Amino acid sequence: MLKALKAFKGGVSLPHHKHTEHCKTVEMGIPKKVAIPMLQHIGAPCSPLVKKGDRVKAGQKIGDSDAFVSSPVHSSVSGTVTDVRPMLYPGGFEVVCVEIESDGLQEIFEGIAPPVGLEKKELIRAIRDSGLVGLGGAGFPTSIKLSPPPDKNLDILVVNGAECEPFITSDFREMLENPGGIIEGIRAIMDLTGVKKAFIGIESNKHEAIGLFSRRLKDVPDIDVVSLRTRYPQGGEKQLIYAVTGRRVPAGKLPSDVGVLVQNINTASFIASFLKTGMPLIKKKVTVDGSAVRNSMNVEVLIGTPLRDVFEFCGGFKEEPGKIIMGGPMMGVAQFSLDNSVVKHTNALLAFGRKDAELQKESVCIRCGKCVNACPMELLPIYINACVNKGRFEETLKYDINNCIECGSCSYVCPAKRHLVQSIRYGKAELRKMASAKK
Amino acid sequence: MEYNLIAGSSPHIRSSESTPGIMRDVIIALLPAAAAAIYFFGIRALLVILVTVLSCVASEYAATRIMKKSTTVGDYTAAVTGLLLAFNLPPSIPFWIAAIGGVFAVVVVKQLFGGLGHNFVNPALAARAFLMASWPVAMTTWTQPRVDAVSMATPLGVDAVSSATPLAMLKSGGLSSLPLPDLSSLFFGNVAGCLGETSALALLLGAAYLIARRVITLEIPVAFIATVALMTWIFGGHSLFTGYPLYHILAGGLMLGAFFMATDYTTSPVTFKGKIIMGIGCGLITSIIRLYGGYPEGVSYSILLMNLAAPLIDRYTIPRSFGGEKSNA
Ligand code: SF4
Ligand code: SF4
Repeated sequence: MLKALKAFKGGVSLPHHKHTEHCKTVEMGIPKKVAIPMLQHIGAPCSPLVKKGDRVKAGQKIGDSDAFVSSPVHSSVSGTVTDVRPMLYPGGFEVVCVEIESDGLQEIFEGIAPPVGLEKKELIRAIRDSGLVGLGGAGFPTSIKLSPPPDKNLDILVVNGAECEPFITSDFREMLENPGGIIEGIRAIMDLTGVKKAFIGIESNKHEAIGLFSRRLKDVPDIDVVSLRTRYPQGGEKQLIYAVTGRRVPAGKLPSDVGVLVQNINTASFIASFLKTGMPLIKKKVTVDGSAVRNSMNVEVLIGTPLRDVFEFCGGFKEEPGKIIMGGPMMGVAQFSLDNSVVKHTNALLAFGRKDAELQKESVCIRCGKCVNACPMELLPIYINACVNKGRFEETLKYDINNCIECGSCSYVCPAKRHLVQSIRYGKAELRKMASAKK
Repeated sequence: MEYNLIAGSSPHIRSSESTPGIMRDVIIALLPAAAAAIYFFGIRALLVILVTVLSCVASEYAATRIMKKSTTVGDYTAAVTGLLLAFNLPPSIPFWIAAIGGVFAVVVVKQLFGGLGHNFVNPALAARAFLMASWPVAMTTWTQPRVDAVSMATPLGVDAVSSATPLAMLKSGGLSSLPLPDLSSLFFGNVAGCLGETSALALLLGAAYLIARRVITLEIPVAFIATVALMTWIFGGHSLFTGYPLYHILAGGLMLGAFFMATDYTTSPVTFKGKIIMGIGCGLITSIIRLYGGYPEGVSYSILLMNLAAPLIDRYTIPRSFGGEKSNA
């Protein structure tokens, strides 16, 4: 085990709430109906390949796109397409969804076979067709990261096992339940990209996972475990790269610009299972927790399953939920409806009671500087907030607004409960609008 | 069943820290010094504290009511201002002057400029400067601690035995007939001076609490005190490098100023570099006033001057962001 090279400045120490860390992942089974959005990734949405009345099987491709940055989607069940229409998406806007009534048989699509004997290029193409996107939360198509342009020389793979958000344990459980798969996946990524060195970064409070991987990798010289400081947002891509490699990703640049490839734990293990079975991405490990949930647990859920069914599987609500969050409490997205579906990058579903969900009232900034000390990107949230509130968007550029990773640390610490990152998001959006208006 | 779900953008959790919580911590941190003041200067010290705190809180309430703003008495900031103001007054100060100081601090310095977070100088220090200009004699009549049995016996009277502060004695270069108090008296607070500034020990206790609770950070106080130490060591003696820095650190309002006044959120910079500049600036001005100026003490004027510069300092010390190319200052 190695110690992290560097500690990023700022950040916050959060209550962990990892109630589910000892909850073995339970398979949820087949829902009656799934609704599969055509956009579950960063990039262009897919066009549906099926129509109402079609029969589909599990693993069958039901949507794809010709765009370079996109990722196909597959049916997670066998059954009949009952509708293809725009529906509310977990991000809060409408996206075309394919609704499928499952027949409960879970017949596997005939075309599915392990991708054997393929060239590197073809294998990366196969991974694209598996629908794999970064499973850590952002949902960027993995195949694109695996084939960087020739001028970018990748030399380090960093596997993100930091899982720094409170409540979420789906990566941690995968590390304990499937270490072999994760290591196989890492090996496969190294072979595909020619990267010679890999690090698995794990926060220091996850002793079991660190111990397990240290033992397994004792005689493996080119994969190391790195114990990371337990501090939010340690799993932020730039913070993680800095901690493990000492390299700073320049503002507005990508990890590949400093020779680093970052993959999530569950992304690595999916690649291993895909190479063995050829089964596309149709299910997801999800942590279900929060004050309103009766049984907190880790569940393996078919993609497209309505949130309602997942919560019911976990014993329903023990109090009226006031807020449902997809993802962690720091960066997750509040859900408008329990009819939304689990998507590819869903790693947690949290439900909080009314009391925990109430918005806190903003009061005046007392200039305590706590937001400044908490910002891992070394920004001045206090002044960006002030500029945005006065409508002086251009001025926020002086404060490097676009370098904000929207981690929420500033809002978290603010004693005046100011909506700092919220205003920063708004400021960024206004700047984008102004830029496109200029064109 | 449908639920009424609250949307709202992340983060969905907030720390338990709050403005009133921080101010409560500041009050707690000031209690040892308040206790020391009462111990050394008697019940009169307590009464001065009560007068300024009451005057500040009442002014805050009245001002917010008249200006039709929601009342902010509940955030304890007015109480903090009152405490700090009392700490900056001599024990024998007439109560009515103390009360006027409170009104001035809250109404003129704080509320007229927009209230919490908007005043550009420290209210307690501005009030002290105002009182100093208006009633210079009352503001510089010092009481000898403990020995002044009269003020102990008649708590409402203003019959202080004239004394001199250690810095004034130091300034007169030993020409004063009184012997300089020793360092341990300075450390524990058994010297003449403003209510809250005499006991370095009590102030350090409170400061340690503030640092442990992360209410303040060390940049400003350390830079402030280090600069005063360096300056008074180099220039404080009859020839270079023969000064008496420890004396300058412990005497007068340096401890109080460095830990409790210069760190005031509203009137100090928020950037790391800015805080260092603030501390060094305060230290330089304090030393210059103490060594070459007309007053024996320069802490409060130095802080007031640097307060005025704080917004500018912040603007010129925008840090380079993580991975950012240039500093934007
Ligand atoms: S943390 Fe909040 S109160 Fe403190 S400086 Fe930042 S915005 Fe102002
Ligand atoms: S949300 Fe942005 S400004 Fe706030 S702490 Fe995170 S990176 Fe800094």
